Amino acid sequence: MKFTLNIWRQPDAVTAGKIHTYELDEVSEDMSFLEMLDVLNEDLNAKGEEPVAFDSDCREGICGSCGLMINGEAHGPEVTTTCQLHMRSFKDGDSITIEPWRADAFPVVKDLVVDRGAFDRIIQQGGYISVNTGAAPDAHATPVPKDKADRAFDVATCISCGACVAACPNGSASLFVGAKITHLGELPQGQAERDTRVVNMVAQHDHEGFGGCTNIGECTAACPKEIPLDVISRLNWDLHAALRHGK
Amino acid sequence: MAVSGLIFIGFVLTHMYGNLKAFGGHDSFNEYAHHLREFGEPILPHEGALWIIRLALIVSLVVHVACAVALWRRAAKARSVKYVVKKSKASSLSSRTMRWGGVTLLVFIVWHLLNFSIGKINVQGGATDDPYNLMVDSFDVWWLTAIYLVAMVALGMHLHHGTFSAAQTLGLTNNDKARRNAKAAGALLAVVIAGGFSLVPIFVLAGVITK
Repeated sequence: MKFTLNIWRQPDAVTAGKIHTYELDEVSEDMSFLEMLDVLNEDLNAKGEEPVAFDSDCREGICGSCGLMINGEAHGPEVTTTCQLHMRSFKDGDSITIEPWRADAFPVVKDLVVDRGAFDRIIQQGGYISVNTGAAPDAHATPVPKDKADRAFDVATCISCGACVAACPNGSASLFVGAKITHLGELPQGQAERDTRVVNMVAQHDHEGFGGCTNIGECTAACPKEIPLDVISRLNWDLHAALRHGK
Repeated sequence: MAVSGLIFIGFVLTHMYGNLKAFGGHDSFNEYAHHLREFGEPILPHEGALWIIRLALIVSLVVHVACAVALWRRAAKARSVKYVVKKSKASSLSSRTMRWGGVTLLVFIVWHLLNFSIGKINVQGGATDDPYNLMVDSFDVWWLTAIYLVAMVALGMHLHHGTFSAAQTLGLTNNDKARRNAKAAGALLAVVIAGGFSLVPIFVLAGVITK
């Protein structure tokens, strides 16, 4: 397969970037999107040019490192991560525009690499439960109803990739925060810090410069883990409850 | 934003119902308009209830616009560098046009108040002291009816997404079923309210409702 690649090139965080166009031939339809970029980088290396910087780690769709904006869609046309996207999802001769996540809270480090540290700082504000370490408690010590356990697990599949922010016309991270709030809020272990968690995480979200949610729903369509929009309703419900409780 | 929006939904629903009195003829419509001023008497003074409603609507408008401006500015700051290519995958047109649709409605409301309330402008130059006749004179003019119908499209779209969005913001859509119901309620309100409002101007222009 043959592709025309329009790729955002930016040497560092402070220098302005722009789109560069590359032609790439002999791409196998079985290659993953990142393997295609690896091939491009080998070409660029051979020519003595600077390779395109992009993030990747596990390449099996579970670490959340590899997000790219591909033809205006976060992670490209399939419901999966960029690393699990294959070139067979494109047509021979396609022109593909590749950009980094665009959000001021996710500053570009280089080319397609952004700093998603804002998510870590939101998690530090309550995306955890405080327990003493030691021997594992008995499995039946804290019963969890099946439906709540299932829901908590479903939303806990969020890999913090940032596609929700990238796709959101408002640049909001509400789906991410909502997933964490719902995950811990459904479980008995999450109750003790439930009120302070939502207040502090939302405050940090706003402080990082993410936009406000207007329930448009682009986030959930872009999410490789299909986190539903109702986690944002849960987030709002918990926030109202916490404010009523004077937190 | 959600609470002020719900107040507006309640208002447009009753306003739409009141407009349908036009189908009852000149006296039915004017009696309704007159009764709005006497509503709540003698406990409340003349036009007392009307002013309470007006005050609630003005406060709601200020809150609604202030929230919208804050969200708009936050969105602009959250993504100062735009995408070269950006697709909309799942969002409804109405959800993406809330801001400019809202501006359209605001401009329309200013004209609407000048037309029928504060200014009482009769574009045909006729009498303005009779609500029913002013209404018929206005909608007999095709371009004025067209403006109102365009505004009703904007209103319908605003209600379509706004109803669902308000339910989300109030935390009432915590599962698939509740979310689908809220979306259906938005679509229903949009059709009933925008459709109901549109009936009177269309039927005036068609010559069914006449002086």
